[in-house]
Amino acid sequence: MTEPSASSVVPTTDPSSYVGAAPLPGDLTDDLLRTDIWSDEMVAAAGIPIIDIPFVTIGSGIGSFVTVDYLRIAGVPTSHMRVLGTLDVPWQTYEYLTRVSQIPRGERLRSDSASRPDNIWGFPSYAVSEAFHTKSVKPLWNVFTEPIFTDYYTPRAGHVFENLEREAKRIGYHEMLVKGLVRIVRRRYGGGYFTILTPPEGASATKRVAFRSQFVHVAVGYPGLKFLPELQRYRTEHNDYRHIVNAYEAHEHVYERLVQQPSTVLVRGGGIVASRVLQRLMDDREQHGARTNIVHLFRTYYHGPNDGYGNEEDPRPGGGKPRLFMRRRGGNGWAIQGFNYPKSVWGGQLKRQVRNLEGEERAEIYKRMGGTNTPWRKSWQRQMDAGRKEGWYTCLVGTVDAMKPHRDRIVNHVRTAQGTVPVEADFVIDCTGLEADIAEHRLLKDLLDHGGASRNPVGRLNVDRNFELIGTRSGSGVMYASGATTLGGYFPGVDTFLGLQVAAQEIYQDLAKHGFGKRIGPVRSTVQWWKWLFGSTP
Amino acid sequence: MLPTLNGRIQTRLFMLIVFGGLITLLITPVLPGLDLSGDSYQVTYLILATVTVLGVLWELLYHLIQQFRWEKDWPTLFGLITAINEGALVWLLLDLELVPGIDAAPDFWAFFIMFGVIWFVIWVWTNGPMRVPLIRWRFFGGRIV
Repeated sequence: MTEPSASSVVPTTDPSSYVGAAPLPGDLTDDLLRTDIWSDEMVAAAGIPIIDIPFVTIGSGIGSFVTVDYLRIAGVPTSHMRVLGTLDVPWQTYEYLTRVSQIPRGERLRSDSASRPDNIWGFPSYAVSEAFHTKSVKPLWNVFTEPIFTDYYTPRAGHVFENLEREAKRIGYHEMLVKGLVRIVRRRYGGGYFTILTPPEGASATKRVAFRSQFVHVAVGYPGLKFLPELQRYRTEHNDYRHIVNAYEAHEHVYERLVQQPSTVLVRGGGIVASRVLQRLMDDREQHGARTNIVHLFRTYYHGPNDGYGNEEDPRPGGGKPRLFMRRRGGNGWAIQGFNYPKSVWGGQLKRQVRNLEGEERAEIYKRMGGTNTPWRKSWQRQMDAGRKEGWYTCLVGTVDAMKPHRDRIVNHVRTAQGTVPVEADFVIDCTGLEADIAEHRLLKDLLDHGGASRNPVGRLNVDRNFELIGTRSGSGVMYASGATTLGGYFPGVDTFLGLQVAAQEIYQDLAKHGFGKRIGPVRSTVQWWKWLFGSTP
Repeated sequence: MLPTLNGRIQTRLFMLIVFGGLITLLITPVLPGLDLSGDSYQVTYLILATVTVLGVLWELLYHLIQQFRWEKDWPTLFGLITAINEGALVWLLLDLELVPGIDAAPDFWAFFIMFGVIWFVIWVWTNGPMRVPLIRWRFFGGRIV
């Protein structure tokens, strides 16, 4: 279970395993911490060893992986790049999050067939590869008829991880991985950057190691996923971490109890995670005889077609009848969308449109496209319909004013348009996916305070169209960022497999202009694709 | 690939000129009622040109239809079934002898095979292999330049 007082539900590395009890030489000094731009002498004077490497990527998750994958294909040798981070394998955090939010390896993700983080070309797509391996035309028929006659094809989580493993081996990913915590990147006098890594205890003779590089890439993922404030308050005040859980923390005990004892569960949220949790609850009813009563609390309830803000019955600005060219499906509370953004943000009309928007206008379109939504899946619709008919699935619209214990249960005072109603539940599962501010991540805060980085109209890291972190130039050195921390930039959909590849393509291309790596023209691309197909080193 | 209007037109022209041109070169002599003669090639290449010119106009209509879709995407299925309306229009023009340079419509099956093969090859190619040589193509709405 997650540390109760933690601000984030995502497990993070325990810093105590990095900073040993015995004092070690080579630590950061107050002088270094205060100074925005470091000289080589300052770092050397602190006794921190310096390692020269042209390119480092910080994070060691899928963002780092996809970026070095591109660069390896562009001809950069492993000796010129280092991946700094605490993860053993790039998909570690991702697999954790998907597993606890009810997508184990055998279940399907919410991701397009051609979004392959292990293959920069997206060809053959997951559907083609699944059809080949399972000797079935079903996946092909699915991509042929989607989304008109069938639900979107999506790959199985396990299939994605296995292929990532294959590609990691092929590109020599583990030769580039250096394990450790990174909390500081500072600009260097004379150009480039110093990235300070804290290696695990015993791995180094000094407490810190400095990587001196011309290029830095930051892909640290979500700054943190938070509990809703009222839920966090209740957990702390009543010392109850069993009955109130976040979908992103391990909460299998809830489902186990529900199978044994008929109970009521309050599910909060209207996105993909809520759908997944509902599916698990309803599957357990169908397959394991659970007699769970589900109360589903929406903050925004969609009655029908909507434009991302509201719908016909929504009095808020932006509500009313959606325009003909901006109508999203919706109903029974949900806003329906295949993927987390409208599909064309990854390469079509909406990508081009947002690329040319600034400030308020950009923030506005993000609100429309980025609101909570979930895909339409036939099986989910069938289960929910049954629940409504049989009376074990009910919906409420509103927010929770207060939560109080009542015997073994929790009374939620839900404020609705009709007044406050008490809802008694045995468990509350928070599927709202509230994200922490970027400043809660130490590295990102340091970049904002000392690195010259700034915030975009949505409040995340401000990157340019080429994913350069605006304001962080250091002589001939360039810093880039991609992934969830850059949401709100000229390219939406950054926090997705394909989004990471779109970013990696821009970064590789910009680096090639700086003389790092070769351009991937049609010939190199085709040759490299064949190498990918046969599993030979790029 | 999720097309923009510019990308649609560029991809259309590229595919019909490269694949259309090549397939026409190879297929013409084996089509019913046609042979290796210059006259046969004149007919097939004029048909290809007609498909290309009308195709650009069709793309304008498809782009308009795409605006009604929230996702602003163009499903794989649409790329295949639009062969029906486009093929029918070209055959109608051939049959009515309205295609400049072609005095008499060729055998229907000659047209059907040629059009069908070109369309199918292009459809398969745009839905996958095209991403291999041109890595930016799919992220830029189907633009080639």
